[in-house]
Amino acid sequence: MVGAKPSGGETVLEVRDLRLELSAKDGARLPVLEEVSLKVGRGEIVGIVGESGCGKSVLSLSVLGLLPPSIRVAGGGIYNGERKELHRLGEKSLQRIRGKEIAMIFQDPMTSLNPGMTVGKQVAEAIRLHTGASKREAEEKTVGLFRKVGLPRPETLYHEYPHRLSGGMRQRVMIAMAVSCQPDLLIADEPTTALDVTIQAQILKLMKTLREEDGTSILLISHDLGLISGVCDRIAVMYAGRIVEEGAAAEVLRHPAHPYTAGLLASLALPSKKGTRLHSIPGSVPALRERGPGCAFASRCPYAADRCLAEKPALRGVAGSAFPRSAACHLLGEEGGLANVGS
Amino acid sequence: MSAPEAILELHHIEKSYAPKRWLSRGETLRAVDGVSLSVRKGETLGIVGESGCGKSTIGQIASLMLRPTGGSVVFKGEELVPGRRSPRDSRRSRIQYVFQDPYSSLNPRFTIGRLLEEPLAIRKKGTRRERRREVLRMLSRIGLDPAYADRYPHELSGGQRQRVGIARALMPSPELLVLDEPVSALDVSVQAQILNLLKDLQAERSLTYLFISHDLNVVHYMSDRVAVMYLGRIVELAEVGELYDGPLHPYTRALVDAIPDEPGTTPREAEIIEGELPDPRQLAGGCAFRARCPFAHERCGRQPLLEEVKPGHYVACHLLEPDRD
Ligand SMILES: Nc1ncnc2c1ncn2[C@@H]1O[C@H](COP(=O)(O)OP(=O)(O)OP(=O)(O)O)[C@@H](O)[C@H]1O
Ligand SMILES: Nc1ncnc2c1ncn2[C@@H]1O[C@H](COP(=O)(O)OP(=O)(O)OP(=O)(O)O)[C@@H](O)[C@H]1O
Ligand SMILES: [Mg+2]
Ligand SMILES: [Mg+2]
Repeated sequence: MVGAKPSGGETVLEVRDLRLELSAKDGARLPVLEEVSLKVGRGEIVGIVGESGCGKSVLSLSVLGLLPPSIRVAGGGIYNGERKELHRLGEKSLQRIRGKEIAMIFQDPMTSLNPGMTVGKQVAEAIRLHTGASKREAEEKTVGLFRKVGLPRPETLYHEYPHRLSGGMRQRVMIAMAVSCQPDLLIADEPTTALDVTIQAQILKLMKTLREEDGTSILLISHDLGLISGVCDRIAVMYAGRIVEEGAAAEVLRHPAHPYTAGLLASLALPSKKGTRLHSIPGSVPALRERGPGCAFASRCPYAADRCLAEKPALRGVAGSAFPRSAACHLLGEEGGLANVGS
Repeated sequence: MSAPEAILELHHIEKSYAPKRWLSRGETLRAVDGVSLSVRKGETLGIVGESGCGKSTIGQIASLMLRPTGGSVVFKGEELVPGRRSPRDSRRSRIQYVFQDPYSSLNPRFTIGRLLEEPLAIRKKGTRRERRREVLRMLSRIGLDPAYADRYPHELSGGQRQRVGIARALMPSPELLVLDEPVSALDVSVQAQILNLLKDLQAERSLTYLFISHDLNVVHYMSDRVAVMYLGRIVELAEVGELYDGPLHPYTRALVDAIPDEPGTTPREAEIIEGELPDPRQLAGGCAFRARCPFAHERCGRQPLLEEVKPGHYVACHLLEPDRD
């Protein structure tokens, strides 16, 4: 188990039964997310794992009202700590929430930094915009933040342009900008994929520090189970637009309840597998159009039965677990006990 | 360090890039700076190191696609000149390169069948019908339905495209494959399929692999020996178990320490190494790692040489030099 439990169960984000729909060019309406529910408590680090295209990024974009025009909220809702319905807010109100209450670090730092402005100025302007601080105050605060996120020579670096920084430094500038207004929630979408493991370790340590010192909640999105496992309190495993398993990180990873989670873990080329044949999940994730009426994982699942092809399993509690956790699998049995799946 | 069973030897390879004219400061970039390496027949030699350290450059020189600014490439005892590739030269086709991103390397206007046939057609191997039969046989070998011969690259998933990339490299029956991040773009569930396929093909065809990746677990799984690169140089080279269990170079130690734990285990408090990869253009001689090295010392201002400190274990670090001074 990692770090602190959410204090007093206070929630900073709740996504309830969210359904997102994509309008394809031919007029078809395709379900991008279905019945996705997720809660993030204050000071909690929640991880979302899943394969490419399963909907991790659209989920985070929907929280900030940044969905592309072709994708719309078709059901359910998104609520902040004050129970405001974020999915119904207009652009003006969303702008007040973005950055100040909920901040985001995007997959690629280069596309979200302005190449024509020094990194210091970019962060300082973001601070002024949200807090109305004076130019000097914002500048001082920026240098302080640069120091806090571990950037070397913060005063000099303030005057550098983004292309002069390494990938790890740029990512830290992005984090400095994201936490500049002390958001309640930081959403980080694959923040370390482009970085090497030594820099990745630095960034993860920084996230833990932010949580400990400022009580920041973090929603960390990644396809890297090892990374997620190292920092998250809870994780949600997504597959083809749905959450298929959710619970305390160590529990889920040690005793996966869903065959997909079990398959992913068994596929990892861990040192202990050296010299043995890797387990692999046959086939690949069905495309949006190929998602049928049954469980989306059924075509790849070694345990699939008739029922799995006909009917979508709902996410429900898994019995016999020390912490609340749930999984969406018909094999779990009516009482929610772990059938002989996984291991 | 050449062993008798070496299939490929790189001798003092250097690759410099001249500065772009519009850049204000005009230092040359030494992407690869004096790398010597000997690949043994039938082995998998892994190359790890952070982004930009020169892994792909080495791989492209080894597969004769890129001409180095210095050094030589010897394949089975014979010196070959990279960069001047005559496609019909059969010796050259014995070394093939598999790209990291199979999408950008597969011509989107060609069918999979044509893409696979091309390496044979260029060398005028067999009749069209014979080549077609080879293509279909290869498709089923790599686990794709022969019907895919008439499909186009964009109709394939990432894992399927990577299979095609590997199949294409295998068509001229190479002895050595340079695999440049072959699974980095793939999801975990598909990664395992490709790694298994590579292992099977290696056993069937006695292939030698030069396996480039920044994923330390994947390299550990695949390799017999591993070379660690830092800014254009090899800093450590050893048999895989020895390298991961007893890394000697401070950079390798930091890398191995930073490997994420097995999911679900209690995380260790790893020693986190501070600092960033320096700009290779601003290196003023000496050990490139010294700015981040906790053991940096005056003598690190001199470039350490790669030396054998134990049988088969090479390290370039002044800390490990036999006491001379
Ligand atoms: N702008 C868009 N227009 C049309 N479809 C989109 C758009 N953005 C995402 N999608 C589709 O929505 C689905 C979910 O995409 P999303 O980007 O959320 O996946 P992801 O889990 O973040 O994947 P990755 O790991 O590759 O980042 C995919 O099927 C994708 O093709
Ligand atoms: N054509 C080129 N012109 C100028 N510089 C180049 C060129 N190709 C590569 N480089 C530089 O050479 C260095 C080594 O690049 P290389 O692609 O070999 O690194 P790598 O280790 O494969 O990195 P990655 O893990 O990101 O693929 C880098 O600093 C890169 O910017
Ligand atoms: Mg994404
Ligand atoms: Mg490369």
